[in-house]
Amino acid sequence: MAAVVRGKVFVVDDNIDTDQIIPAEYLTLVPSKPEEYEKLGSYALVGLPDRYGQFVADGAIKTEYPIVIAGENFGCGSSREHAPIALGAAGVQAVVAQSYARIFFRNCAATGELYPCESQERLCEGFATGEEAILDLEALTLTKTATGEVFALAPLGDVKPVIDAGGLFAYARQTGMIGAPIS
Amino acid sequence: MGLTLTEKILARAAGRDRVVPGENVWVNADLLMTHDVCGPGTIGVFKKEFGATARVWNPEKIVLIPDHYIFTADERANRNVDILREFAQEQGIRYFYDIVDRANFKANPDYKGVCHIALAQEGHTRPGEVLFGTDSHTCNAGAFGQFATGIGNTDAAFVMGTGKLLLKVPATMRFTFHGEMPPYLLAKDLILHAIGDIGVAGANYRALEIDGDTIARMSMEERMTLCNMAIEAGGKNATIAPDEVTFDYVRQRTAQAFVPLYADGDASYHSHRHYDVSRLEPVVAKPHSPDNRATVREVAGRKIDRVYIGSCTGGKLTDFLHAAQLLKGQQVKVPTYLVPATQKVYDDLHATQIDGMTLADIFTNAGCFEPAAPSCAACLGGPKDTFGRLNEPEVCVSTTNRNFPGRMGNKQAQIYLASPYTAAASALAGTIADPRDYL
Repeated sequence: MAAVVRGKVFVVDDNIDTDQIIPAEYLTLVPSKPEEYEKLGSYALVGLPDRYGQFVADGAIKTEYPIVIAGENFGCGSSREHAPIALGAAGVQAVVAQSYARIFFRNCAATGELYPCESQERLCEGFATGEEAILDLEALTLTKTATGEVFALAPLGDVKPVIDAGGLFAYARQTGMIGAPIS
Repeated sequence: MGLTLTEKILARAAGRDRVVPGENVWVNADLLMTHDVCGPGTIGVFKKEFGATARVWNPEKIVLIPDHYIFTADERANRNVDILREFAQEQGIRYFYDIVDRANFKANPDYKGVCHIALAQEGHTRPGEVLFGTDSHTCNAGAFGQFATGIGNTDAAFVMGTGKLLLKVPATMRFTFHGEMPPYLLAKDLILHAIGDIGVAGANYRALEIDGDTIARMSMEERMTLCNMAIEAGGKNATIAPDEVTFDYVRQRTAQAFVPLYADGDASYHSHRHYDVSRLEPVVAKPHSPDNRATVREVAGRKIDRVYIGSCTGGKLTDFLHAAQLLKGQQVKVPTYLVPATQKVYDDLHATQIDGMTLADIFTNAGCFEPAAPSCAACLGGPKDTFGRLNEPEVCVSTTNRNFPGRMGNKQAQIYLASPYTAAASALAGTIADPRDYL
C-alpha cells in the first residue's frame, strides 16, 4: 500500500458502529468471493444517517473518498470483518480516527485492507467532507491541502509489523509460525 | 502481584506462568465457533491461506451454528448455510447444528438457533477454557469463567488452521454487585447501568470481571445476560468466576473434563466499581446507543409501536419466564414479537407452566404473536423478510443488545433496550412503562 494517500476526505463523528459501516442485510455477501467483495464495497457506509451524505454514488462500486476521518470509537459493535472489507473494497486506504473499537482495529490489521490511523487530536470538526488531504504514513501526518495545516498521527505501535507484513497470515509466515499454502 | 481471571486463563493457554496486560501472546484455543454470516468468509480465507485441500486443526473443536439468516427466501443467505454444510462434511466437523427443512424448523432435530445460547446449552462453554467466535457476543460465554471473545474472519481462519491466535492481554476492570436484587430488577438492568456509567468505549481493549454476592445468587442465564453485553462497552471479554451454579449447569450438559481457574486474591485491576443493587432502578438504553441510559421512570409514557423479546441477550427461557409473569391474564396494546433463542427455549415455552398454563399459552392469550422460529431474527435487522424486522421508522422496546441507527432494520427506527420486565410492562401499556406498576 502507498505510503502517501492523496484525495478527498469523508467526515463522520463518534461511535460509528459496524451496522452503519455495513448494514446487516448485506452480510449475506461473502467477502472471500471476489464478486461479492466488490459488491460489499458499493454498500460501504450506507447505514449512516442521511445527514452525512452519500459515500458511494448511486450505481458506483467505488467511493471518491480514499480517506475517512472519524471521532472516537470508530467501528464499535459487531465483529464482522465485512466492515473494514467494505471500506477497503470501496477504495478507502486509511481511516483517521481519534480512537477505534478493538475488533474493528484488529480486523483492519488482520486483513491488511486499510490503515487504521489514530489522530493525536480530534479532527472530525476541523475537516469537511470533500476537502482534499494528504496522508503520509511514514511521516505520520495528515495535511489539509487547502490550508497546509499539518496534523500529527499516533504511531501504529505493535500492530505495525503485522500491517507491514500484509496482514496476520503474512506476518505468521514471516515469523515462521505457519508454512506456505498446500495445493 | 497476582493475576485476574482473564490473565490466569490466557497465561495457561499460552503455556506461561503469568502474562501482563499489554503484552502480545500466542494463545491456544479450546474451541472455535462460527455461524452462517461469518463462516463462509472464514472458510474462504482458510482455503486461500492454508490450501484447497488443507484440514482444520481439530474437527472436534470447531462448532458451526447456522443461526442468523435462516428463515428467509434470500438465496445468498440459504447458500451460506449450504457452504457450512459442505465444509462440515468435507472436514468431518463433529458439531454442526444443521437445518435443512426451513419450512418447519421442528423437523430439524440438530438445529439449535442463536449460537451463544446454543453453545451454553450443548455444553461447549466450560470454565477455564478459551473460546473464539466470529461474533462479537461470544463474550456471553464468560459467564462460565471462560475466556471468550469475538474475532473476524481472518483471525478465525487462522485459528481454524492452527488452533492458535496472537492476542494482546487486556487489563481487567472489576465490577462488584452487592445486595439483594429488588423483585423488579433483572440482570439486563445491571449491565445497562454499568454501560451507562462507563460508556460504549469505556471498556475498549479491556476485560470485565464481574463478581459480588448478587452475582453468586444469579442463575447462569442471568449471568450470561451480563457478560453478553460486555462488548457494548467495547470490552474484549467478561468473566464471572465459576461456582457450584456453573458446575451444575455445565455437568448436566457435557461429560467433558475441564479445569476451572480463579482470580488471585491480590490480582491487579485497572479499576474497581461497586454497585448496591438494592438502590438501582429499572433502566433503558435510549436511541441510538447502548450507553444512552435513562431510568424507565424518566421515559415512561413515551408511545411505542412494538415490543420485541428475543436474541442471545434477551431470548432465553428465563427472559420469557419474566415476561410471562407480567403478561399472564393481561392484554398487550402493541404488536409483541417473541423469538426464542434456540429450539430448546422454544420447546420449553410450550412445556414450562405458570399456575397451570404454559408460557406459550400465556403469550398468545395476552395477544402476542405466537413464538417464532428460533434464530437471531430481527435483533440485527437482516434480510427484508426477517421476522420482526423494523421495516418502518417505528419505536420499539427490545430485550436485545444494540440500538445504533438501523440496527433492527430502518435507520430512523428508535430502539429502546430494556429488560424483559420493562419490555412486558411496555407491551401492556402501549408506552414505555415501569415494571413496578405491573408486577
